[in-house]
Amino acid sequence: MMTVTTLEQLGKHIEAILEHEVTGFSVANNELTITARTDQIVKVLTALRDDPDCKFRILVDLCGVDWPMRPMRFDVVYHLLSMHLNQRIRVKVEADEQTPVPSVVSVYSSANWFERELWDMYGVMVSNHPDLRRILTDYGFQGHPLRKDFPLSGYVELRYDEEQKRVVYEPVKLTQEFRNFDFLSPWEGAKYILPGDEKAAEAEKDKA
Amino acid sequence: MTSQVSHDRRIKNYHLNFGPQHPAAHGVLRLILELDGEVVERTDPHIGLLHRGTEKLIEHKTYMQAIGYFDRLDYAAPMNQEHAYALAVEKALGIEVPLRGQYIRVLYAELTRIMNHILNLTTHAMDVGALTPILWGFEERETLCEFYERASGSRMHAKYFRPGGVHQDLPPDLIDDIWAWTETFPKVIEDIEVLLVENRIFKQRNVDIGVLTQEQAMDWGMSGPMLRSTGLAWDLRKSQPYDVYDRMDFDIPVGKNGDCYDRFILRVEEMRQSLKIMRQCINELPAGEVLTEDRKVAPPRRGEMKRSMEALIHHFKLYTEGYKVPEGEVYAAVEAPKGEFGVYLVSDGGNKPYRCKIRAPGFVHLQAMDMMLEGHMLADVPAVLGSIDIVFGEVDR
Repeated sequence: MMTVTTLEQLGKHIEAILEHEVTGFSVANNELTITARTDQIVKVLTALRDDPDCKFRILVDLCGVDWPMRPMRFDVVYHLLSMHLNQRIRVKVEADEQTPVPSVVSVYSSANWFERELWDMYGVMVSNHPDLRRILTDYGFQGHPLRKDFPLSGYVELRYDEEQKRVVYEPVKLTQEFRNFDFLSPWEGAKYILPGDEKAAEAEKDKA
Repeated sequence: MTSQVSHDRRIKNYHLNFGPQHPAAHGVLRLILELDGEVVERTDPHIGLLHRGTEKLIEHKTYMQAIGYFDRLDYAAPMNQEHAYALAVEKALGIEVPLRGQYIRVLYAELTRIMNHILNLTTHAMDVGALTPILWGFEERETLCEFYERASGSRMHAKYFRPGGVHQDLPPDLIDDIWAWTETFPKVIEDIEVLLVENRIFKQRNVDIGVLTQEQAMDWGMSGPMLRSTGLAWDLRKSQPYDVYDRMDFDIPVGKNGDCYDRFILRVEEMRQSLKIMRQCINELPAGEVLTEDRKVAPPRRGEMKRSMEALIHHFKLYTEGYKVPEGEVYAAVEAPKGEFGVYLVSDGGNKPYRCKIRAPGFVHLQAMDMMLEGHMLADVPAVLGSIDIVFGEVDR
């Protein structure tokens, strides 16, 4: 395994060969993360694959992360592996509902289903993809389930209807209310106002 | 007379729907095959029939509650996946696992590898027409399930590997029994080999079927036996060792031709290497703790809780709030029996994972079906599918 200094060297090397495409790098938890410009991702991955000092020949993983509070709400994360260096890196680009991410199927064939999953789960559009269909969800499914604003229970449930002799879709009916317990300790800097605390402030005001 | 009709008649390819309920589909796979006569021209796997939203569910559970979902991914090899998750959480928390815990994890990871390979090899043999291996193999697999039960209390969904070690220590007589089993199992491998390896029908169904080159394997992101069958000696247990794999003495079998037959032989040899690792683990097993002593991550022992108020508080806090993982992201991968199984964990500093992406080897391998099957006969479809080693729990997640 490489040590942190060589990971930093690798990061600097990548920044040097792709100075216009890469926007920065960081080393944390003994892992190198590179951020790149979304429209240049094909060029970045091609360079990382073909550069004789990198040879990141395998695309291990491709996935999205949703950060709804950000203006560019999605991260698209590529995990690459180089057997030559025995090293992994992570490349990140940003996207939102409108900005398409260029497909990298031309660089790594394995990206095909990963990008379909990205579209299915997050609704991130992928441009130039050979076959962009939903992959994991049901035929005719609506919505993108891994978005943070999609409820855990979903919107529809299905059952076999004896009269119509087919499976029917119905809105979700929960026999018990969905419970989401907040176990985060209120004693260690809760970010919200505790129920009842607002009265304390009013009492202070009344006194004054 | 109709002899001149065939000249200008256009022949349309035949579409065949294979699955989703088919004994050779290894679960709920629906394959749309485009056939020219009996030759496969295009394969379109439709997956997702077993999609349970694991990643979404994990985002709503604490770090400890999430372990259970990993057993239910690849249910033929549950502990290897817990292993990847435990390693990821440990990496994010920066905690060390006691040595005995690491040895037990390696022991059970290899035991699980044998469990998985027994299932794959024997069902693969059954798909191509040999019924006896599955009957012999599953008897052994049942013994392994009992070892699971005696360690964790459950035959399949163990939830045994925890961030920080393993949940409970092994009972001493269990270790003796595993040792005794490692002495009898090589005979079973030999028996199955005698039935298959030189069998004419088995070879006709597997040799030169589903051939992969090294270039193709890398381009399609393959790992594990699929990659090694092409001759690349790449194994995460050797190249990026985790836990105590760096202390183990074992070999990486590689194939030559990258076909279904090579993958079969390779997995048989991997079982022998796993046995070797298991025996080393039992021989070297050190005394000591199996779970980290860091009480902010691992719960206290039951006996301690009866006497110590502090232990009781720790227990209560861990099973309600759980522990918080520092903000950041980690990727941890293990060499699961099917290939590289990875967990990409993003934490926002809370007690639940913000995002947990599961990188399943089966998902990556299955998408290469179209490339591997092109130009093969229809009867080769189950052979290729069997040699990829697909379990739908992990493909669909």
